[in-house]
Amino acid sequence: MSILFITFYLFSISAIAGGLMTVISRNPVHSVLWLILAFLSSAGLFVLLGAEFLAMLLIIVYVGAVAVLFLFVVMMLDVDFSTLKAEMAGYLPIALLIGVVLVMQLGMAFGVWSFAETALGAREVLADSEHHNTKELGLILYDRYFVLFQLSGLILLVAMIGAIVLTLRHRKNVKRQNILSQIYRDPEKSVEIRDVKPGQGL
Amino acid sequence: MIGIEHYLTTASILFVIGIFGLFLNRKNVIILLMSIELMLLAVNINLVAFSSFLGDLAGQVFTLFILTVAAAEAAIGLAIIVSFFRNRGTIAVEDVNMMKG
Repeated sequence: MSILFITFYLFSISAIAGGLMTVISRNPVHSVLWLILAFLSSAGLFVLLGAEFLAMLLIIVYVGAVAVLFLFVVMMLDVDFSTLKAEMAGYLPIALLIGVVLVMQLGMAFGVWSFAETALGAREVLADSEHHNTKELGLILYDRYFVLFQLSGLILLVAMIGAIVLTLRHRKNVKRQNILSQIYRDPEKSVEIRDVKPGQGL
Repeated sequence: MIGIEHYLTTASILFVIGIFGLFLNRKNVIILLMSIELMLLAVNINLVAFSSFLGDLAGQVFTLFILTVAAAEAAIGLAIIVSFFRNRGTIAVEDVNMMKG
């Protein structure tokens, strides 16, 4: 048992425990926190696999953005979660059935699985151990996968616009600036010059 | 060095937990989205494990794109939940039949 094995089992068990507690936890805020544990442990697994850039990306994007977004929405929506959770027990048998069947299928698949003989020949981009992982990824991301990179940027733009459009609403009784009516306003109709006599007022 | 089977087993257990969560939380859309995130995470672990053991960087690039799409999907899903909650006052998905489709 080297330190590598201990680290792997620690991360893997905490990832699985985090995932399990995410789906069975009663309080959705606790669910999000368990999800964060699962993401952090998976980032640890990525570091063990030598994918440091993706590990940091997982922490920044998932824990820093997505999980916090989940937390915001869970806390913002005033939902009575106890009624939603009350019917969870009814779905437990079918969920367990499907889960066990899937585990057995995956186990059968893993039992006879091995690398194909052509697997090593079919590699797309050979990793070169001289450089750092981040540098290697950057070299191929901006070169070989540039179109995909730009398309993923487009996906993010569309997601941003979609989220804004879906959640934007105009309240009726809020005063807001109408720029068009300000531009079309005629100064001669809106300003009046009056000659005020001293001591009299209007 | 830890064998690739260990990583694949971890990923498959996480994936099955995600599917289990989909069936267990039929009413709560937020937990449904979290289960989908768990499944995507399992797929990412698989891709990175194969990428690392075969010495092929393409798997890590695809993990990057899956991460991007998952973030976009979570943002859109949560926006739909927020606007649905404004209209209905609940997030129970079982009786979403406003469009009578």
